[in-house]
Amino acid sequence: MNPLSVVVRTICDIFAWFLGIFGAYVIIHGHISPGGGFQGGAVVATMAALLLVAYGGKKVLSFVRPGIYTGMEATGLLVFITAGFLGIGTTFFYNFLAGQGGLFGSVVPLGPNSGILNSAGTISLMNMAVGLEVVSGLSLILIYMFKGIRLFEGREGRSERGHDR
Amino acid sequence: MNGYAHMAVLAIIVIAAFYAVWFRDLLSSVISLAVFSLLLALEYFMLQAPDVAIAEAAIGAGLSTAIYIIALRACKALKSPRGGEGR
Repeated sequence: MNPLSVVVRTICDIFAWFLGIFGAYVIIHGHISPGGGFQGGAVVATMAALLLVAYGGKKVLSFVRPGIYTGMEATGLLVFITAGFLGIGTTFFYNFLAGQGGLFGSVVPLGPNSGILNSAGTISLMNMAVGLEVVSGLSLILIYMFKGIRLFEGREGRSERGHDR
Repeated sequence: MNGYAHMAVLAIIVIAAFYAVWFRDLLSSVISLAVFSLLLALEYFMLQAPDVAIAEAAIGAGLSTAIYIIALRACKALKSPRGGEGR
């Protein structure tokens, strides 16, 4: 796919960062605000779609390696199932980190409060694992669709040029 | 007041769905489908399901539109007269 015009590329340069930051926010705040691993991962994967559509498949595929995404996908799934099995002393998926102190287990005070970020135990860890998995899976779908297009376009011998160059 | 807002959003959803079927140009049809999905996300938000609204906006309006556009691009490359009809 050809890279789009300089207007689209400038807007993509500005707004792709906001998409990534907002997706990371939705993933990290998954247990106290709407959203979670899947929703935030889909938002971050939209950033990959924006980059691919604005800059063209050839330029993005020149520095994106699908092996990294496959590794991220496997890492997310492994972290998820490991966090599930680590609580098997009580039950499967037992929240063994909650209320224990430390990074993930601070105690929630009594009464109404606005939500403590690092109080969810393994839930936020699983949100991050699911977010990593969804980002890499949906990005891989887009990347392989672009590779499929280049399979057809390479046969025509047509070089990839933008609309303004 | 809230009922009128629901009715307006649902009416525009029906109009967008009609245009998604009615357009002969497939790219316009895909854009209309994205509008449909975005308004459906707005309707989910008004029905107090912001979790579903985020998923619908990201998947429906963002990713599936991009995938449809990539697929349209592939179809055009397949039908171009200079080649590509090898399969």
